[in-house]
Formats: sequence, C-alpha cells, structure tokens
Amino acid sequence: MNKAKGSGFRVQGSGGLRLSSSVFRLPCLLLAVLLLAVSGTLLAQASPEAQDEQRFSRIEPLDFRSEVEQARFRSLTNELRCTVCQNESLAESDVPLARDLRREIFHMIQDGRSDMEIRSFMVDRYGDFVLYRPPLAGHTLLLWAGPIVLLLGSLIGVIIVIRRRQQALQ
Amino acid sequence: MIRMIIPLAIFLGLVALLLVSLETAEQRKLVASPLIGRPVPNFTLPGLHDPDVQRSSADLQGEPYIINVWGSWCWACREEHPYIERLGNESGIPLVGFNWKDERQDALRWLNQFGDAWTFHMVDFEGRAAIDLGVYGAPETFLVDHEGIIRHKHIGPVDQTVFEDLMRRIMEMRSEAES
Amino acid sequence: MIAEFGQISLILALVLAALLATLPLYGAYRNNQALMRLAPSLVIGHFVFAACAFGSLTILFLRHDFTVANVAINSNLLLPWYYRLSAVWGSHEGSLLLWILMLSGWMLAVSIFSRALPKPYVTRVLSVMGMISIGFLLFTLLTSNPFDRILPGPPDGQDLNPLLQDPGMIFHPPLLYMGYVGFSVAFGFAIAGLLGGRVERDWVRWSRPWTLMAWAFLTGGITLGSWWAYYELGWGGWWFWDPVENASFIPWLLGTALIHSQAVTEKRGAFPAWTILLAIAAFSTSLLGTFLVRSGVLTSVHAFANDPERGMFILAFMALVTGAALLLYAIRAPRIMTGKAFGFISRETSLLLNNVFFTVSAGMVLLGTLYPLLIDFMGWGQISVGPPYFGAMFVLLMTPVVLLMPLGPFSRWGRDELRRVFSPLVLSLIGAIVGGLAIAALLGAWNVRAMTGWIGGLWLILGALSYFFRQGQTRRFRLPRHQIGMILAHAGAGVFVIGVGMMESMTVERDVRFEPGQSLEVAGYQFELHEIAEVKGPNWIADEARFTVSRNDREITQMNPQKRRYHRSGQIMTQVALRPGVFHDLYVAMGEPLQDGSGAWSIRVHINPFVRWIWGGAALLMLGGIFSATDRRYWRTQKSEAQEPVAGSGEVPA
Repeated sequence: MNKAKGSGFRVQGSGGLRLSSSVFRLPCLLLAVLLLAVSGTLLAQASPEAQDEQRFSRIEPLDFRSEVEQARFRSLTNELRCTVCQNESLAESDVPLARDLRREIFHMIQDGRSDMEIRSFMVDRYGDFVLYRPPLAGHTLLLWAGPIVLLLGSLIGVIIVIRRRQQALQ
Repeated sequence: MIRMIIPLAIFLGLVALLLVSLETAEQRKLVASPLIGRPVPNFTLPGLHDPDVQRSSADLQGEPYIINVWGSWCWACREEHPYIERLGNESGIPLVGFNWKDERQDALRWLNQFGDAWTFHMVDFEGRAAIDLGVYGAPETFLVDHEGIIRHKHIGPVDQTVFEDLMRRIMEMRSEAES
Repeated sequence: MIAEFGQISLILALVLAALLATLPLYGAYRNNQALMRLAPSLVIGHFVFAACAFGSLTILFLRHDFTVANVAINSNLLLPWYYRLSAVWGSHEGSLLLWILMLSGWMLAVSIFSRALPKPYVTRVLSVMGMISIGFLLFTLLTSNPFDRILPGPPDGQDLNPLLQDPGMIFHPPLLYMGYVGFSVAFGFAIAGLLGGRVERDWVRWSRPWTLMAWAFLTGGITLGSWWAYYELGWGGWWFWDPVENASFIPWLLGTALIHSQAVTEKRGAFPAWTILLAIAAFSTSLLGTFLVRSGVLTSVHAFANDPERGMFILAFMALVTGAALLLYAIRAPRIMTGKAFGFISRETSLLLNNVFFTVSAGMVLLGTLYPLLIDFMGWGQISVGPPYFGAMFVLLMTPVVLLMPLGPFSRWGRDELRRVFSPLVLSLIGAIVGGLAIAALLGAWNVRAMTGWIGGLWLILGALSYFFRQGQTRRFRLPRHQIGMILAHAGAGVFVIGVGMMESMTVERDVRFEPGQSLEVAGYQFELHEIAEVKGPNWIADEARFTVSRNDREITQMNPQKRRYHRSGQIMTQVALRPGVFHDLYVAMGEPLQDGSGAWSIRVHINPFVRWIWGGAALLMLGGIFSATDRRYWRTQKSEAQEPVAGSGEVPA
C-alpha cells in the first residue's frame, strides 16, 4: 500500500487528494491537473483529442420530459456520492465516471425506474458508501437516534435542574 | 462526583477513535466493492485487437481468471505494467484486459510500446459494463474463481507486495478449481 | 537572509512563549509580583517576533524568493502582488504562521485591555495562552516550517491554487482564524479561573466581550467562506456539510451556546461549571477542526496537503491541551449549585434551552462527521454521512430554537409567567403567520420550506423589533449596546431563515445547450449568447461567453462567465457570472464545448432567490456580536470590578 500512497493512483485525471495545498474545497478535476503537472508526465500517450475528451463537466444539457423528472434527477444526483472525487456528489463532480453515472441515472429515470430502484442499482455496484443519506439499519441506529436521544436526555436533565432550582425558590 | 469526569472520558474516547482512524486514513479512501463474493455480472464486449469478436463474461466461466482494468490515459497503469506482465506470465490463468474508456488507437499504441502480456482484451469505451463491475478507477484488478465468483479486488496499481498477495490468492483459487 | 531572519524570529517567539508559560504562572502561584510583571513584556516580545516571522514570509513572497520552498510551490512571477500577499496564508505552513500571529495578537490585546483585572488572574490567562502558542510554534518549526529552503531555487515558482486567487480568499482565512484563535481567550479565562481555585462570576464577566468578539469573527469567517464557495466553485450552493465546513461549524455552535450561558452565569451566578465546560469545548473543537483539516483523517475536498505525521502532532497537542483542561475541570469545577433560584418560566430557562439545542446540534454535527470513522473502526463497512442527514437533523433541532427565540429576551430573570412573556409577542406571531403566508403567496412560493421560512423568519424579525420598541419606550431608544447587539443578531437569524427557506425551495437551475446567436428563456429572463470570445488575464487565458440578459424585452445586464486556464499550472477554472440582487441572483456558469461540432457550449443558469439574505442575516449576526462585545458596560465594570468586590448584577432584568 505504501507504494500506492506515494504514486498518486487515481482515475482518469483525477488526483489523489494528497497533493492539494489549500484550505478550501477543491473540485477534483483541478487536483487532477495539478497532479499531472507535478508528476511531469502529462499523458505522453494520450492523443490531443483524447485529452480534450477528458475535459468533462458537471454541466450537461439533458432532455428531460418533465419538471418532475428533472427534479428527481437533481435530488438523486445530489444524494449520491462520487466514489472518485469523494466528498463531491454526482451532481457536483466533473470526473468522467460521475458523468457516466449521471447518464445511467438519466436513462433509468426515462425508463420509468423508481428512485428506490436507482439507489439500489448504485448500492449494488458501489456499496452503501455512495449514499449520502445512510440507510436506517442496526449499524446506523446511533447516528439517527443519537441526537434525538441526546436531546430528550438533555431536556429531562434541564427539567430536573429547574425543579431543584424551583424548590430553592420557595 | 463522577459526573465531572464524563467529559474527559468522552474526549479520551474521541482521541482514541481519531488515533486509530489516522492509521487507516489511506485505506478508507478505497471503496470496498460489494461485488466480492458475488458472481461476475453479465456483460458482452468486443475485443481490442479483434473488434468483431464479442466475448461475454459467461464465456469465461470454468476456470479462474484475472480481470485487469486499464486505459492508455492512466499513468498508474504504466507504473504497474511490469507486475501485470508478471501476472500474465506466472499466474498460469487467463489475464483479461478490460480496456476502459479509451480510444482504440491509443490503446493499441500503448500496448505496442509497453508490451502486451494479457491473454486478450475486452474494450468498454462507453463505460457501461464497467459500472456493472463497480469499476471506479484504473487500474483495478479482480480475481474471479472457476465458478465465476469475484473473490478479490485490488484498487490501485500492483506493486511487489500486492503482486505477491495476488499470486497467493491465485494459487489458492487454482487448487480449489483442481480439487 | 530574510528567510533565516523569519526562522530565528519564530524560534525566539517560541522561547518567549515558553518563558511566558512558566515564570509568570509560577509568580501568580507564589504571588510574586516581579515574576507576574514579566508577563506583559513577554507578550509584547512574543507578538513582535511572531510579526517579524510573518512579515519575513510576506516579503519573501513579494520578492519572488523561489529558494524558499513555500514560495516556490505557492507563487510565481505572473501572480499579481495582492495574491502573492494572500498566498502567504494560502498554504498549510503559511496559514499556521497566520494562526500564530493572531494568537499573539489576541494575547497582546488581552494584556492591554484587561490590565485592570487582578494581576494573578490576567497572568494566568496569558500563561495559558502562552502554552497554546508553544504548541503551535513547535508544530510549525518541527513539521511545517515555512522557511525551508530549496537550493538552488527554481527560476519560477508553481502556482497559488487558482481557487484561492480571489478577493474573497484574501479575507476568509484571517477572519476564520481570528474566530478559532479568539476562542483561546475564553479558554484561557476559564482555565485561569479553574487554576485560581475560586471560580466566581467575575471571570465570566471579564471573558464575555472576548468571547463575543471571537464569535463575531468566526461568524464572519464562515459567512465569507460560504459566499466564496457560492461564486467560486460554480455549484451555486452556499453550504455543503463537508467535513471541513463542519469543522468550523461545531465551534460556532458551541460558541453560540457559550455566549448565552455566559449571560446566565454572569448575571445570576448559575451554572458556572457548564459555562467553563463550554469554553473548553469551543476552543477544543477549534483544535479538532485544525486536526481534521490538516491530518487527512477524513476525505474532504478542502484539505491541505495531508500528512499523517502532522496529524499525529496536532492530535497529541489536542489530547494534551483538552485532556489537561478537562482533567482540571474534573478536579476543580465548582460542584455546588450556586446562583440564584429560578422558576420554569424565566430567562434562565430560556437560555438553558438555547444551550440544550445548540450543544445537541454541535454534538449531532460531530457525530455525523465522525460516524464513518466509527463504523470503519467497528468493522461494519463503509458509509457516508452527507447533506441529507445533516440538513434534516439540523432543521429538526433548530425549529424549536426559532420558535422560542423571540420569547427569550422578554422573559425575566428568576420567575416569570408565560402570559406576561408571550403577550407582547401576540402581534408579532399573527404578523409573522399572515405576513409569511401573504409573501409566500405573492412570490408564488407554495411549498412548505418557503412558507415556513417566511413565517419563522418574520417571527424572529418581528419578535426582535417588538423587543426593540418595548425597550425603546422605557429607555427613550437609548439602548445599551449589548441589547442592540442582541436585537441585531436575533433579527439577523430571521433574515437568514428567510434566505435559507427560499434558497432551498425556489432555486431554478437549468443546464442548457447554447450556440452563439441563440436565445433562451429561463424563469422569465431572456438569455442571449452573442459569442464565445478569447480573453487574456495577467496569468490566465479564458473562453468567455458573452450574454445579454433581458426581461420583457428590456436589456437588464451583460453577463460574461469564463472558463479560465491558468498558464503556470494548466488548471482550468470556472468563473461564474453573477448579477446579485436583493431578491434573486442571476448566476451563469460555463460547462464545456459540446462535442457535436456546432460550436455550442453547455451552460448552467441559476436563478437563486434571496440568497443574499443568507449572508445578510449572517452579517447581522456578526454585527450583533461586535455591538455586544463593545458595550461599555463590560469594560467599565471591569475596572470598578477589579477594585471592589462584586456588587449585585447591575443590569435591570428586562
């Protein structure tokens, strides 16, 4: 693994996250180019056309049949995490795989598949990792119930404290 | 009162968690495939040298094999190439190239330059089969057993350590297939 | 030479910090005046050397000294001078230097403005802050030296990340760090109180303005970051619940709880232990944020160059600082219920509820941010926790806050009646519901988010206004600054809520294919693309789309989004075109030329309603913090307080 760490493995022009040098949110593609520039081996083999094709964008005109489908597409792509540029959703990511997956989702919506089906399509291939909204299950119980239990507990605590204080008042 | 120690206890737990997580940070970036232990999904793809030949994943069943995802645009593939070559020569099982989101000419030129140790290549220019296979980067290397079950997936370039690990697993699969 | 000078300055600052952390503290313990009197001079020296180090790095950047690795990596000959200036804190190393400069600045401010406080107490505060400075100086010198040389230096440097080549980026980090670091003052005051053994309400009164100031800076820093992300990243969003954003948000939530609990502790002497704990927590989570950003323990698209070794160092430092503070807390925190008694309906209760909701929210964000680590640790697989989780939970936890916030200021200390608290607000409530529904109807915003946003927001604004008029009548509108601050902040929260409600429900977003000469209508606006032209900047070249936007056949504006390519690094940047407006922004971003040979581009058009209200509300929050912090009461009482023992709270209950 150590070797892989240093060599900056990653997908089509999207850099391992190690090389960035800023505090702030960096779109993945930028890192990629940075990484290439640093490694100094700017795709010696790839033809210019191929390089050009690598410039994808999250901005794509797609022909939706209805506002509803468009809204579904938007909310699905926003809730699914890109495995390549982790911490970008599919909607936010510029990487080619994200584009492929967006198209896949687009086609599935056109084929009349439900949101549930589309999500499980993604999970079957890439695992729970892709869900920005973790499923409610045994291992996520603490996540979903934790804040609510904490809130109720604190409220009860507050009531007890106030009761004691109230007694002091009398 | 015990109560006053609670914040400290929670904090120490937090530090312990962060300490462990710091160690596993690199590893956690790799998204484990849910397909391990499951059959290879069905896909049919044309060959690279032989565009007219359609091969399907079902055709491959019967013996263990390796799927290696690569592309000429992927510089880490160049890095792992010597080890992939060794896998092709030393593993004794088919090494299937899965040429992903590439251009035919680029791919052929690349093989010409670096050498072609694969048994044959399937090409997935569109990347749809790759999605079914849960590919999210190149290089990736899958080990499939004789029953067509994905046994292992390595994400990232193969180096000496990974190579040895893969060879060990391949030997296991081969002896399973023989028995 | 300059690099070496900076290096030596850093080392000297470290020496002075070490002296400050020990000698005066011992003096305070022994009541040795001579040793205590060292503290202010050491603080001045510490500041001077920190400033020298920072100045050195600045000069190195301005002079293009590429023999310094940090300069060579983050700057180049083409970079304009103002970005060379902000490049000083654009890298991990430089930003640490900024952190140290600010810490030393806060220390200097404390030693100047808190002169009137009891000597042993201020001395302890400064010593504690000195200890924190030691940690950061060691961190910088040992793992992240900004003055490392590369010899021979390259003829030209690489580049400052183009995302940081932006005016917003010049100010965002300094403000944010001012907030983070500012919480170290509250931390120092709390620890000094614990060290002194007798924790009374004095320390709270003294630390209030500092906490408010730090909180205001943090609010400003986060707001600026949100604004920057909005126009610079081209996603059109304003908050992403990214781990690094969460890292800055947790201290903010705890800081918000802290400034409210300080009020109870100061005025009524109640819950001193809780207030101390919050002060420790607010600063500790600032350190935690630093750890999360710089260690690479969480995958984030923000992130400095990650280095486990650095992560180790900060983690150890955090364990030491927070661990020691919490241990001291466990030993020394006041265990007896102190303070005056109060009933269920009272100002105390309302502030306590504020603390519950804000602390639980902070806990929720922390839990969500770290949960994937826990799952991995337990071997339960890989999960992601993202915006859908945080958004839903946060709204759930903040709804009661919005409902109760206007009631708080109207409630009296000690004991009150619900009727009396609520009756002045009946009009506001009716106004909020009627007005909210009416405005939503007028805007065609028939959805739950927009309507609740309007009702909740108006409730907060009208509630704050009615408090203003109520107080104004009795005081002839000569309100003390801390009350004005509170009113501004609460109204600001209302403005913010409206912005969020609209932005999260009424945003129009279209990805369209545009050919030059083509014209398209989006939400009543006619966008016409004239041409795609090539333009050149100082260190980049860009494709620029030239749009004319009109409404009802009347031209409104020209919009020219760009796709830039930076020469040195080859990085490609989307430069969005924005037409800001009070009620909505027009927002255009370029995608890519389409591959169909038509010369068409993919273009994203947003209409973002009320997005300015989000930052406007946040700006009011910040302003409120500043107003409160500068209330003369804190500074005046400070002096009289120091001379005579606490005379009951001077403030008349509202």
